[in-house]
Amino acid sequence: MAEVTLTINGIEVTVPQGTTILQAAEKLGFFIPTFCYDPELTRPGSCRICAVEVEKAKNLTVSCATAAKNGMVVHTDSPAVIESRKTILELLLANHPEDCLTCGRNGDCRLQDYAYMYGVREAGFVGEKHAFEIEDENPFIIRDMNKCILCGKCIRMCDEIQGNNVIDFAYRGFRTKVATSMDTPLSDSNCVFCGNCVAVCPVGALQEKGLRAAARTWEVKKVKTTCPYCGTGCSFELNVKDNRVVGVTSCDGDANGRALCVKGRFGYGFIHHPDRLKQPLIRKDGQLVEATWEEAIGLVAVKLGGIKRENGADALAVLSSARCTNEDNYLLQKLTRVVFGTNNIDHCARL
Amino acid sequence: MTNSIAEIAGADFILAIGTNTTETHPVIALQVKKAKREGATLVVADPRRTGMADLAQVHLQLKSGSDIAMLNAMANVIINEGLYNKEFVDTRTKGFEALKETVAKYTPEHVEELTGIPADTMKQVARGYANAKNASILYTMGLTQHICGTHNVFAVANLAMLCGHIGKPNSGVNPLRGQNNVQGACDMGALPGVFTGYQSVTSDEVRAKYAKAWGINDLPAKPGLTVGDMLDAAGKNVKGMYIMGENPVLSDPDADHVVHALEKLDFLVVQDIFLTETARLADVVLPATSFAEKDGTFSNTERRVQRVRQAIDPVGNARADWQIVSDVATAMGYPMDYNSTAEIFDELASVTPSYAGISYDRLEEGGLQWPCPTPDHPGTQYLHKDKFVGGIGNFSAVEYIPPAELPDQEYPFVLSTGRRYYHYHTGTMTMRTGALEVHYGTESLEINPADACKLNIAEGDMVRVKSRRGQVEVKANLTEVVPPGMVFTSFHFPEVPINKLTNSMKDPICKIPELKVCSVSIEKVS
Amino acid sequence: MSTITLTVNGQKVTVPAGSTILEAAESIGISIPTFCHEPSLPGVASCRICVVETKGSKKLSPSCMTVAKEGMEVQTESPAVVEARQTILELILANHPMDCLTCDKNGACKLQDYAFQYGVKEAGFTGVKHQYDIEDDNPYIIRDMKKCILCGKCVRTCAEADRNVIDFAHRGFNTKVAPPMDVTLGDSDCVYCGRCVTVCPVGALTIKSLAGKGRTWEIEKKDIICTFCEKGCSFELNVKNNKVIAVTPGTPAEGRPLCLKGRLGLELLHCEEPVKPQIKRDGQFVEVSWAEALGLDQVLAKINNLERK
Ligand code: SF4
Ligand code: SF4
Ligand code: SF4
Ligand code: SF4
Ligand code: SF4
Ligand code: FES
Repeated sequence: MAEVTLTINGIEVTVPQGTTILQAAEKLGFFIPTFCYDPELTRPGSCRICAVEVEKAKNLTVSCATAAKNGMVVHTDSPAVIESRKTILELLLANHPEDCLTCGRNGDCRLQDYAYMYGVREAGFVGEKHAFEIEDENPFIIRDMNKCILCGKCIRMCDEIQGNNVIDFAYRGFRTKVATSMDTPLSDSNCVFCGNCVAVCPVGALQEKGLRAAARTWEVKKVKTTCPYCGTGCSFELNVKDNRVVGVTSCDGDANGRALCVKGRFGYGFIHHPDRLKQPLIRKDGQLVEATWEEAIGLVAVKLGGIKRENGADALAVLSSARCTNEDNYLLQKLTRVVFGTNNIDHCARL
Repeated sequence: MTNSIAEIAGADFILAIGTNTTETHPVIALQVKKAKREGATLVVADPRRTGMADLAQVHLQLKSGSDIAMLNAMANVIINEGLYNKEFVDTRTKGFEALKETVAKYTPEHVEELTGIPADTMKQVARGYANAKNASILYTMGLTQHICGTHNVFAVANLAMLCGHIGKPNSGVNPLRGQNNVQGACDMGALPGVFTGYQSVTSDEVRAKYAKAWGINDLPAKPGLTVGDMLDAAGKNVKGMYIMGENPVLSDPDADHVVHALEKLDFLVVQDIFLTETARLADVVLPATSFAEKDGTFSNTERRVQRVRQAIDPVGNARADWQIVSDVATAMGYPMDYNSTAEIFDELASVTPSYAGISYDRLEEGGLQWPCPTPDHPGTQYLHKDKFVGGIGNFSAVEYIPPAELPDQEYPFVLSTGRRYYHYHTGTMTMRTGALEVHYGTESLEINPADACKLNIAEGDMVRVKSRRGQVEVKANLTEVVPPGMVFTSFHFPEVPINKLTNSMKDPICKIPELKVCSVSIEKVS
Repeated sequence: MSTITLTVNGQKVTVPAGSTILEAAESIGISIPTFCHEPSLPGVASCRICVVETKGSKKLSPSCMTVAKEGMEVQTESPAVVEARQTILELILANHPMDCLTCDKNGACKLQDYAFQYGVKEAGFTGVKHQYDIEDDNPYIIRDMKKCILCGKCVRTCAEADRNVIDFAHRGFNTKVAPPMDVTLGDSDCVYCGRCVTVCPVGALTIKSLAGKGRTWEIEKKDIICTFCEKGCSFELNVKNNKVIAVTPGTPAEGRPLCLKGRLGLELLHCEEPVKPQIKRDGQFVEVSWAEALGLDQVLAKINNLERK
């Protein structure tokens, strides 16, 4: 494969042809901010926050969408670059609600990260601000288009990965916003609430309703696990606060990448549902009443043991679970075959 | 699946049979959409005009239960027109002549009436499939929940073997498993005839190996009962049952029969996270932990073993299923004292050749697809490369048989059941999320507007659906998704226990009940 | 010791007589928001965010100062309580810069925590906002009085150390924490021990050597005991990406020292890039050597002399 060699911040680097300046810089460990860039999506090069200085070029160059060329001399943090980033941030903040105080993405927001990084405290421009109504009438996703920075990632996610094409840029100029085809709420569109758009939004314009109301980003511990629903085996991170699961966020899964469906992303509420069984139950006088583990296990052992003695091992039968783990299933079939002494074990695979 | 999920995107021809993938496996459907964007042809065979069918270039709207006729007709075309892969058939399969003979009478013209699909369409699809570079067949319960479910699967395998569309990347036969760990439950030997890794209980050698590993003298050699047979034998030969994490009262066909069966037991233990319809019948209910509260592994539909990690402490006094099972074993005189699921995994890997190379340490780096026989084996992306797992691929010539129950005067409609995007299985989890059930909270019965009109049923009317086994009441949803003569609903909602109606007639080979076809009558509730 | 028993949110709790309601609640894991309360400082009950409802009393009581009584029935999150807290927060926010975007306290700020907890997104009142300049004419402490919620903890902790550098000045809307004559901290007698910073619940007082270097959620705090004198005050190493970026004051030892020298010495020892110290000379801050800042120049000179001999 053909390669090109360029210099970034004084360091030479050789990369395969077609590599972007951004990727080459990342390879060297140089950080370049991005808003509209996503490695899995097409690259419009529209937000320009990633612009860098390429010697001899007339203007700053968008690093996420420009291929590195032989002999290029690139500066990722020159005064001109920083100036440009500050201006972009100031322009964005001029039309951004001052809402980090209670914003669900506070602490995990690219706009905030970069504003802090480049010391942009306030909008340098005073301008008209949007006053869009916040959309929160579905139980999954909150859309606050006042916070949208129009990076377009949600649009491309919905189109290019999710394949649903629910949202697009609507209107023009200052009024430009991301909307469904008739600017209806998501619940009146063909949105399936996979939340994959939320997973790529760099700011708080799209938020997981439950998660962001329950915890601040810095309070949660994330634990990578596998989805309990269909057989696809999507990976995701459980967000845990105070020993409670408060939400689900995407990680990079082997089977699913960042994509999830509505059940995986928003179907975690059963974990802490009050109906959860918390104590063993034993039937006494026709009623199921609470019992200790010792009583319950003792009773199971006595009763099943009795049936085996009186009616033979094959009088016992076991249903294992397509929803329990391999370890659970392995042990239950071992129990069935070794302790009960029968092969009467099956599960509801066929349903 | 013989292939991996990601390989679906690399197919240039996808035949999806009886799978509404966009609803039941939404994230796998993304790969189908990706393939389509990159120019693949998508053909969907389904009696309903599902979301998947809408995506397809060709929708084969076959009559319920006529899959074999359709698949045999395609085989007929492929053989007659000489489109099959002769080299593959010669070197890797046997039974071609018998197949040829059987499918000879299934000409597309001959089965046009039976399947409801125009002969020309069948021919086109057959040619497209045969001529594709990489062709993938996807299917789910729409294919298997029939009295001839096993034969349906054979008919699918025949097609793939005829064209050599198996044993290579992006090309294969890909059943999509419905529940998160069906694959794993099967792999782990939660089946009446096999130990872990599908090692037969009838083999003396295999039993000796397990007996040694488990430190006992001998193990039962007689294959056990399947779910359906267990329930049939309940109260008779079967006196005690132990049910872990399943809810057969709602999930199994002919619900009233299931309830009666369980009630007849001398002793029923149910281990679950909620007091399910089944748990309510138990003598002892053992509270288990949810996936968020335990460690372990799930094996997904592409045979990928992945970690489940404990994120929170058990809720209340619940215990992990493996701990409960250990306690029961110990109480019955066979001590099981595992300290962690990693220990259990190491043990199961040591007796399961296809899992032998997998360990928790390796899984930290990411999932691994079995077969993975050694610690340095990278896992297997697709099966049957160069050689079928069983050696030579066997064509199984299969004949069409009609569904066990066909519409008649009294029960003029075909009822089919399935899943909804927003829900899962018997709804025990998805009805308690504070979100999913808020958005999709009541079930309805899909009925074609033409039928509805005849019965004077309007959108939202309550209708009574009756079969020979039971009846339910449900709201009508007038939609062209179902063809005239067919109605459809899901089994997720306890308020609409549709399995009171379904037929527990089973496929004689693998005992799958015919949940996709039964006859019902519909009337408006006045 | 005699004890009394009361119920908080329906839960019975027994505490030593003389305990406050706040202490009783905390002893059973019920947290009540506080701004002006600081266990080591005299109470004033001025912010009133800690109010609770007690059965039989029409008025809400500040839990940080109200002594628990036998048989009391307390509700810490009743509708009346929540409403009172919301109103207090709205009033504060009406005169607060919405500056979390880049505020160095973001993520560890009580005002923010409570606003989130009680769903107060914006000031319910629109009012004139203070326009004080950010004060950073000294090398150690940044004061942004626009963010001050007048809890008075800095005033009390300074007084406790017998320094009394700052106090409330002016009245009404113009009330402000300031050194006498409302001069800047740089022009006052402040010794920059930073104990006021440790008690400030919001971003009004921050340590300068940390400013702009990291967000609170990126920083891990590790306690460290100062060994420059025998008092043994505790400080905090601020670690980001495995690098110590600053040392901030922790809790003063008995006798309330917690001196600047200690902190600077620790920064010198632990930070990869310690900020050069400054000392005030003739009313001007000038950069000095570490030896001088730490008061070691004479000692060092002596050592050097001796060793040369
Ligand atoms: S989106 Fe980001 S910058 Fe905007 S309010 Fe939320 S956290 Fe602050
Ligand atoms: S939730 Fe999914 S379907 Fe809906 S707009 Fe977002 S990406 Fe598209
Ligand atoms: S909603 Fe988020 S992802 Fe979509 S354009 Fe706005 S900022 Fe970008
Ligand atoms: S500066 Fe801080 S500690 Fe002092 S009164 Fe203001 S808010 Fe309270
Ligand atoms: S002091 Fe607190 S509320 Fe005020 S700007 Fe700073 S972080 Fe936000
Ligand atoms: S990230 Fe490069 S232009 Fe937006």
